[in-house]
Amino acid sequence: MPSAASTPLLRITDLEVSYHGTPVLHGIDLTVAEGERVALVGESGSGKSTTAAAVIDLLPAGGAVTRGRIEYRGDDVTHADDKRMRRLRGRQVGLVPQDPMSNLNPATRVGKQIAETLVAHGVASGREARKRAVELMGEAGIPDADKRSKQYPHEFSGGMRQRVLIAIALACEPDLLVADEPTSALDVTVQRRILDHLETLRSRRGTSMLLVTHDLGLAADRADRVVVMQHGRIVEDGPAHELLRDPQHEYTRRLVAAAPSVSTATRTGAVATSDEDPQQDKGLEPILVAEHLTKEYSVRGRRERLTAVDDVSFAVRAGTTTAVVGESGSGKTTVARMVLGLETPTSGEVRVAGEHVATAKGAQRRAIRRAMQPVFQDPYASLNPMFTVEHIVDEPLRVFDVGDRRSRRARVAELLDHVALPRDLAQRHPNELSGGQRQRVAIARALALDPRLVVCDEAVSALDVLVQDQILTLLGDLQRDLGLSYLFITHDLAVVRLVAHDVLVMQQGKVVEAGTVDDVFERPGSDYTRELLAAIPGADVFT
Amino acid sequence: MATYLLNRLWQSLATLFLASVVVFVGVRALPGDPALALAGEEADPATLAAVRADLGLDQPLVAQYGAFVKNLLQGDLGTSIATGVPVTDLIATTLPVTLWLSLYAVTIAIVVGIGAGVAAAVHRGRWPEWFANGFTLVGLSVPSFWLGILAILYLAVGLRWFPASGYVAVSEEPLRGLYYLTLPAVVLGTALAAVVMRQTRSSMLDTLSADYVRTARAKGLRNRHVLTRFALRNSLIVVVTIIGLQLGGLVSGAVVTERIFGLPGFGKLTLDSVFTRDYPVIQAVVIITTFAYIVINLAIDLLYSLINPRIRVGGSTR
Repeated sequence: MPSAASTPLLRITDLEVSYHGTPVLHGIDLTVAEGERVALVGESGSGKSTTAAAVIDLLPAGGAVTRGRIEYRGDDVTHADDKRMRRLRGRQVGLVPQDPMSNLNPATRVGKQIAETLVAHGVASGREARKRAVELMGEAGIPDADKRSKQYPHEFSGGMRQRVLIAIALACEPDLLVADEPTSALDVTVQRRILDHLETLRSRRGTSMLLVTHDLGLAADRADRVVVMQHGRIVEDGPAHELLRDPQHEYTRRLVAAAPSVSTATRTGAVATSDEDPQQDKGLEPILVAEHLTKEYSVRGRRERLTAVDDVSFAVRAGTTTAVVGESGSGKTTVARMVLGLETPTSGEVRVAGEHVATAKGAQRRAIRRAMQPVFQDPYASLNPMFTVEHIVDEPLRVFDVGDRRSRRARVAELLDHVALPRDLAQRHPNELSGGQRQRVAIARALALDPRLVVCDEAVSALDVLVQDQILTLLGDLQRDLGLSYLFITHDLAVVRLVAHDVLVMQQGKVVEAGTVDDVFERPGSDYTRELLAAIPGADVFT
Repeated sequence: MATYLLNRLWQSLATLFLASVVVFVGVRALPGDPALALAGEEADPATLAAVRADLGLDQPLVAQYGAFVKNLLQGDLGTSIATGVPVTDLIATTLPVTLWLSLYAVTIAIVVGIGAGVAAAVHRGRWPEWFANGFTLVGLSVPSFWLGILAILYLAVGLRWFPASGYVAVSEEPLRGLYYLTLPAVVLGTALAAVVMRQTRSSMLDTLSADYVRTARAKGLRNRHVLTRFALRNSLIVVVTIIGLQLGGLVSGAVVTERIFGLPGFGKLTLDSVFTRDYPVIQAVVIITTFAYIVINLAIDLLYSLINPRIRVGGSTR
């Protein structure tokens, strides 16, 4: 328990929040002391964001506090009137929201959006507010702040927008900062820079922070105390490092074990080493060969062409996993699309089982398509909501005229077994399934035609840690049982270590480093790789 | 910006040219003969031929078109076959009536539509929303001629609040002029108001649940400020587009409304000229309507880029 002096800054007692009469938070007790950083950790649906939203009375429509108290400096604000709430919001409690792309008003200049807060709370007005807004942008680490304050949000990158949101949150120097997944939409290196900067600003002012995150590593790095939530209840609460090193509650233990950053440190290359040196398997030629792949796009209104992928070569050996790692804009997804034949390379070639993807025609092309199947990032978007699970998994079989109705039905059942889904799910629609179940359906569909290569494009990025861990284990099992090869596209280095044998690090369309996972992780050759590795949250806590 | 305008101007000219060809050919493809209408059913072939030659209708189509364009460029729209009055004079007397009527109707539609739309979105699930939804249903499904007849029957004849017909030039007597135009404008504006309301309501509901509106609240801004500067401003981007698309329909609506209320407007002129096969008038009316469409669309596009900073014309943004 924290060394709360007399009255904590924020005290939540026995809080119950209901949506349309159904409780989703069941008696939350939480305090944040002056200057303390508390992390609320849990999976989606655990109630961590709801707790944060309740503090500033910004629950989504239909949500209401149905029991308990929220006190700010001993002042009960649970059902405070609008006037009291406005003083709390922005002035006493600053909010750093999750998604920098959607949290700024697209129709208003950025500087004005910061100044607005100052004006609303009477901190400054007119020219003074605008001047202060520029200073705040500078403090938040935005270069050329004077000029950029006159620009609109769409002229900023995600990282820069998040800095603007931080400037807004800190504008009136609040005592408490509520940060709801402040960097989960950003690349790891950007995330680290922003969190470092936020920490500098925060510690200078002695601001307290309630950090909501799904990332245990991040919580360990950035908080003094970690509070773990599950199903709307707090299951564990304690000093960050202690709690993550020695979790008491069973759920916390599972979370810690499943966190990739932890596994990176403890279960070095779990899947990779379980395979007994696969390259010696029959000395096969690689299933996938990409040679000197280049993709250029012409950009409207600009003369020079944009090179998305620049001279990329790699191979995926049969029965192994090659990971392509990079941040947004690195060209990794374009590589995946060229491999799948969804984009034609400007130059260079892709061969799958010896056949050229770009030039293959007719039956040959169908054979390549059959040998290679994709699994995409978002299982909510990549499954047709009108189809049943059976129809989705069955579709590739129908397209390729495999078997008759009865044999196809048997095959679907078999595939569902493979991905550990109960057979009676076959008649359901995707919206009746959880995220993890949907991704299993997507994998089952990919496996339907007995492909030799599966291209996973951020296939686990949208999933909660526990589910992510299950899917990664499943992919490993399938590789062992069926001899599958994976091209694994990801932004998450921690995941790479778990699943891959070889790794390719991409930056701005170029390969900056390639090699076996152990080599790249133990002896990174490029500065960029080192930066990426250092940016994995929580790595130092668990090593 | 300059390049953009120049481009649009060029496109507009092309549109005008196409419209003039279509109407020129289309009018002549219609059954009926203006010479016959002018000379009377009993006229002998020689008289008819003389009348035709007099009107220039005996020339080849291309020559007729050439003469039409040449006169058009000099601002001469010809002379009405039916009345013998110069077409420019006819238009000068009728167009203001329709312009005032349309402007009035659009103003009513925007004020009522946006107001009711915002109220419906903000008070979701309560009486303002039910009221607004009911209004939309009625506004969209009741045809304007019937609404016009009802308005005359109850508001003009029954309650005697408004005149049933007649017109006073707004430019001469503004208040009385607007008073005379009120019923027709309400009838003409109702359908547009319903469309605007529906659109405002749905885009307000979208923006009200947007993340940046929540963030605005988290800044401690006043509710009214959040509604107008954040939610409404962003909703208008969609609403303005819809209004632009709907304005064209106003012209055809004006034809019916003017007929019902006996207004000496552009719509009435259009209808009369079609009945009498008055080629020069039909041509002029269509060209002017096309021109109006083009100007309205350009205005909407410019307005659009004003509200939505992501679409600054001229491509100066990244």
